[in-house]
Amino acid sequence: MSGTNPPPKPPSADDNAFKKELVALIPHLRAFARTLTGDPTAADDLAQDAMMKAWDARASYQMGTNMKAWTFMILRNQFYSEKRRSWRQSQLDQEAAERTLVAVDDPESPVALDELRLALATLPEEQREALILVGAGGFAYEEAAEICQCAVGTVKSRVSRARKALQATLEKGGYARDGRAAGDAMRSILAAADRLSSVRN
Amino acid sequence: MAIFFTMTDKSNPPGKPAKDGAGLEEARLRQQAIGVKLRHMFDEVVNEPVPDEFLDILRRADERGSGA
Repeated sequence: MSGTNPPPKPPSADDNAFKKELVALIPHLRAFARTLTGDPTAADDLAQDAMMKAWDARASYQMGTNMKAWTFMILRNQFYSEKRRSWRQSQLDQEAAERTLVAVDDPESPVALDELRLALATLPEEQREALILVGAGGFAYEEAAEICQCAVGTVKSRVSRARKALQATLEKGGYARDGRAAGDAMRSILAAADRLSSVRN
Repeated sequence: MAIFFTMTDKSNPPGKPAKDGAGLEEARLRQQAIGVKLRHMFDEVVNEPVPDEFLDILRRADERGSGA
């Protein structure tokens, strides 16, 4: 019963097309997982699990529909079901956030990115994921709603609240770190964004 | 010339200057800057090379599925 493999299936053209599309999505799944877990190692474990769940469920996927949204939904569900099993997750989130900051200890990396990560970590989870999906992942509100399995209006309001809270946090320096003057985080974000937009292709 | 409408947000903290044209423009710029950073943060990971492990796992699953 359990432990037996499903009956072998001949490879099909559909499988190959599916696999190709899935492989192309791996970098995006890794990025989304990174924002959810805040920890590179945990993120890759999560992304791999999601990739395999998507592969196993390929029969239920309709080619030509939005595979990116579909796989993101799988990844998100996986994340929350694991999280429910973990009683000390809130503790871990904090530790993971700290580790991520250490992990990006690259002298070339603009300070502002760390500030943004910290500020993101202070957002309620559902606001953070909504903002990431819409603001960074390039999803439409409708797609983000599908991924989060909630109403479009809910996503809109979460994104809007997240944006306001993020800006407020960055302007206040609402997280204590190195005692720098309030507003420094926002200033470095503005400066870094300037640099980035001028080199953005 | 002041703008008397826009901003459904009435939560201006006391002491903060009322949002005139310049204030709105500043707020817009800040949101834009946050957006750029957010995308950059995400794209940084997207642009990382994918660890071999991912493709290995998928290949093994594929072989298993096709009865190899």
